[in-house]
Amino acid sequence: MAHTPKNQSEKAILTARRAWCYLVLVLISFLCLFFFYVLIINSTRTHFEIQKGFSLMPGKSIITNFRNVLTDANIPVVSGIRNSLLVSACSAALSVYFSALTAYGIYAYNFKFKKAAFALILLIMTMPTQVSALGFLQLISKMGLKNSFIPLIVPSIAAPTVFFFMKQYLDASLPMEIVEAARIDGAGEFYTFNKIVLPIMKPALAVQAIFSFVASWNNYFIPALVLDTADKKTLPILIAQLRSADFLKFDMGKVYMMVAIAILPVIVVYLLLSKFIVRGVALGGVKG
Amino acid sequence: MGEKTKKKGSISYAKWGYIFIAPFFIIFAVFQLIPLASTIYYSFFEYYRSGLKIIGPSFVGLKNYITLFATDLPKYFSNTLILWIIGFIPQIIVSLLLAAWFTDLRLKLKGQTFFKTVIYMPNLIMASAFAMLFFALFSDNGPVNAVLLSMGWIKTPISFLNTVWGNRGLVGLMNFLMWFGNTTIMLMAAIMGVDPTLYEAAELDGCTPNQMFWKITLPLIRPILVYVMITSMIGGLQMFDVPQILTNGKGGPDRTSTTMIMYLNNHLFSKNYGMAGAVSVVLFLVCAVLCVVVYFSLTKEDDGLTKAQRKELKAAKKAAAKGGK
Amino acid sequence: MKKISRRNFLLASGVVTVGAALAACGGSSSSTAASSAAPASSAAASAPAAAEGKVLNIWCWNDEFQSRFNDYYPEVKEIAADKSTTTLKDGTTVKWTINANENNNYQNKLDEALLNQDSAADDDKIDIFLIEADYALKYVDSDYVLDVKKDIGLTDSDLAGQYQYTKDIVSVDGSQRGTTWQATPGLFAYRRSIAKEVLGTDDPAEVQTYLSDWDKFNDVAAKAAAKGYKMLSGFDDAYRTFSNNVSAPWVTGTTVTVDENLMKWVDQTKEYTDKGYNNKSSLWDSQWASDQGPTGKVFGFFYSTWGINFTLLGNSLATPTAEGGKEEVGNGIYGDYAVCEGPQPYYWGGTWICGAAGSDNLETIKDVMLKLTCDEAIMKQITMDTQDYTNNEKAMNEIASSDYKSDFLGGQNHIALFAEAATKIDMSNAGPYDQGLNESFQNAFKDYFTGNVEEDAAKANFETAIKEKYPELTDVVWPA
Repeated sequence: MAHTPKNQSEKAILTARRAWCYLVLVLISFLCLFFFYVLIINSTRTHFEIQKGFSLMPGKSIITNFRNVLTDANIPVVSGIRNSLLVSACSAALSVYFSALTAYGIYAYNFKFKKAAFALILLIMTMPTQVSALGFLQLISKMGLKNSFIPLIVPSIAAPTVFFFMKQYLDASLPMEIVEAARIDGAGEFYTFNKIVLPIMKPALAVQAIFSFVASWNNYFIPALVLDTADKKTLPILIAQLRSADFLKFDMGKVYMMVAIAILPVIVVYLLLSKFIVRGVALGGVKG
Repeated sequence: MGEKTKKKGSISYAKWGYIFIAPFFIIFAVFQLIPLASTIYYSFFEYYRSGLKIIGPSFVGLKNYITLFATDLPKYFSNTLILWIIGFIPQIIVSLLLAAWFTDLRLKLKGQTFFKTVIYMPNLIMASAFAMLFFALFSDNGPVNAVLLSMGWIKTPISFLNTVWGNRGLVGLMNFLMWFGNTTIMLMAAIMGVDPTLYEAAELDGCTPNQMFWKITLPLIRPILVYVMITSMIGGLQMFDVPQILTNGKGGPDRTSTTMIMYLNNHLFSKNYGMAGAVSVVLFLVCAVLCVVVYFSLTKEDDGLTKAQRKELKAAKKAAAKGGK
Repeated sequence: MKKISRRNFLLASGVVTVGAALAACGGSSSSTAASSAAPASSAAASAPAAAEGKVLNIWCWNDEFQSRFNDYYPEVKEIAADKSTTTLKDGTTVKWTINANENNNYQNKLDEALLNQDSAADDDKIDIFLIEADYALKYVDSDYVLDVKKDIGLTDSDLAGQYQYTKDIVSVDGSQRGTTWQATPGLFAYRRSIAKEVLGTDDPAEVQTYLSDWDKFNDVAAKAAAKGYKMLSGFDDAYRTFSNNVSAPWVTGTTVTVDENLMKWVDQTKEYTDKGYNNKSSLWDSQWASDQGPTGKVFGFFYSTWGINFTLLGNSLATPTAEGGKEEVGNGIYGDYAVCEGPQPYYWGGTWICGAAGSDNLETIKDVMLKLTCDEAIMKQITMDTQDYTNNEKAMNEIASSDYKSDFLGGQNHIALFAEAATKIDMSNAGPYDQGLNESFQNAFKDYFTGNVEEDAAKANFETAIKEKYPELTDVVWPA
């Protein structure tokens, strides 16, 4: 669909439009990147500088802030990163695998409650976490799962939004003929799913894995309710703890440094996989 | 969808369907259904804590619901909708514009990967960190006011965080920034799914890019627009983090930025399972109605889809994938 | 969110300079404290009863008490590298459970744990937990807290040295249920240079005569405004001086009574806002902080012990210490502040130690309370090391009458003023609803000050908000 401009005036109009587009894009990109810039800047400034106002110039306290974060024995950054990684990776893996499994179950098989099951999952999708948070907390206390990663990881098996994405992806990209061919070859149902269907779903899996990972990585509400001891705490809880430090140790520079430390891994993963993500969102979107 | 599977489905496989969806539903039942059921149950009770003393539970019938509708609920519902609309309108307009540009083959914009990567990034920041930055930027002596003052556009600082529309505007802005990247990419994919020959034909007929957008693109991506709108509306009804953090949990001047979930959260302060339950049930019903709408709009399309259309879709998807590079 | 950090900031009360208690692992300082405290500690304390549990669980929301404990509790033997436990000389392990307060998180978790206290194993039961003044009575007025005299065994003479108000706040029907190591009386810190221009004097005693009641205070505000200064920075600066001097508790039965003194605050603040006597800031926001610095045009700030030598000092410097700035005259407005009593006595902040019902470590709890809140030598040591204003009248009076001087306050001995103010604080009207009601009150009327709503709407919003927080409160009575 290569277009060749028919004449000079059209070419000029096109150039003007293009310039306009770039201008808007640059402005919007600036807006998006600006927040990251401010975040980084603030992590290089002292508490009093941050309190007194805003600056576009970096301060001189980046090393001080970094050292303050690392040497605070009550803020175990290293184990925080480890815990966050563990919880986020596990819940991403579980939610992606089981959502794909569920989506495939609904997509490929015909059973009595199929429509009801699908409708129910869609319904769950609309339920805010806060609605059942207190009941959830009581439940896990009764199950003896307080201060454990299990209530943070296992419930991600039932992730309706991930399921919904997977289902749409399957609708659009998995012909039943492939499954039937596998059955004729004598493959078991689980074998078919694991060895044939999953590879086809790879792009969708990757995208949702990253989203689940980020969501879990940034989650404060539920982990803060569940986890108690310092060795179990995840990064957002540690950040909250820094913000709640007593006045003697309360230090916004430290808070921003900690936020920067917490965001960095996500940004790196995102940049490495950005092509995947951009493509993946698009895949989920195509539906009509 | 039903027809399609009936055609080739054989009954002996049905049990696999149950097995495959079992883990999801078991976990859901344990970790969400039980808490949810107790939420609904207690909405008919007077049940809260006064300090550490537990009051109730004693059955009060629909009293909680009556209190809810007699007093505040409509206000918070309209707040929620207003906040959502303030963010959604720029979101959909900017996203449409960007999606149209990115897919416009005559424009041949360079650096698309860069731009697409960047517009998605705000979605990665923790909402609390994002709100901290907004505080700093829009405070009375913050940089935004400083710039406006030095440009001479205003004489005294604008107290963004102390005015109704300042607050609502900022909530909208934050939501917009966090979500327009996602929407852009989805709409782009939809636009690339439109049959390119339509554009070629239109061009031969002498259509301007503007006309093509309004007469071809927009009508053809309508289903996706509906999908984007409804999912965004569901997200909007669940809005909590952004206004909660931006207003210190206070819900803005005169409670004008208090959303439904923030109102729910207020009741959780006193562990008021009764009122919180009632708010949850109402919220759940509203969401459920919206969901039924999504469900029907989606399944209708499924049923109406022919094999040929499916193939076409797949081709579109390939194009989308290529475009993403 | 910012609000939360503020609150924790202020609750944390106490101390003063930055050079304080980071003292490595407390090893050295605890031993000095132990030796200096030796005469005061009884032999009984080091030999607890046989039935004592081997684990002492302490719950708190930050590490302030933890560092005091590790540094000054004489029985401390060693501290784990990650600070999660402290071992005492008798072999008891102190387990620290620290939950940040963001989103009401600390109280949520503490509530769950206390409600499950009965069924918890002995070594998992909470033994000591910390509370802040704002919500102290929620816990104090419950069955989950031990009486420090009847249950724990402290005597009146043990507690005699403590300031009365620190005991009143945590007392219900004459039963005291907590103790604290710090007192947090408040003063009015003003800019000497501005006072000189407005009042013609910067002498604390003379300035006090101009500010000794609210009418005079308002007159000075008008004079300051005439010279281009703001009397106060924000809406809430003066709130505590009004709310600490109410004539009755907030709540009787299920009726909320709004005190006349609070309506005075509303009227005064509205007047200040409309006439431009304040700078429309809120506590802890950036406007408020910069108003305290070299570019500020604000006459003064209400601050308590901990705020002056830490927050105010930090904010007053032009070049922060981290960038090589020195805490000395010439850097910003160091030396330009002074303190006076202001119109009414008040306190701001404070942390109390409570023994939890069901604890199997009563002897240890008693000893901790004795050493860390009643022991004059240790109290004085804490003040000397950390400039924390501690809860011991005698020790504080000694410093007050010494030749102690604060360079930051232009050579003033502010401890003397604190010592005087602390005895005047009357908190007998504190109640379990104070935090929620005060917050809702300030919040609702802020809309009135900023002109977003009329006074009646602000009142209605206050009523709505408190009924959400406290469903049991049925009526609100406003002063006629």
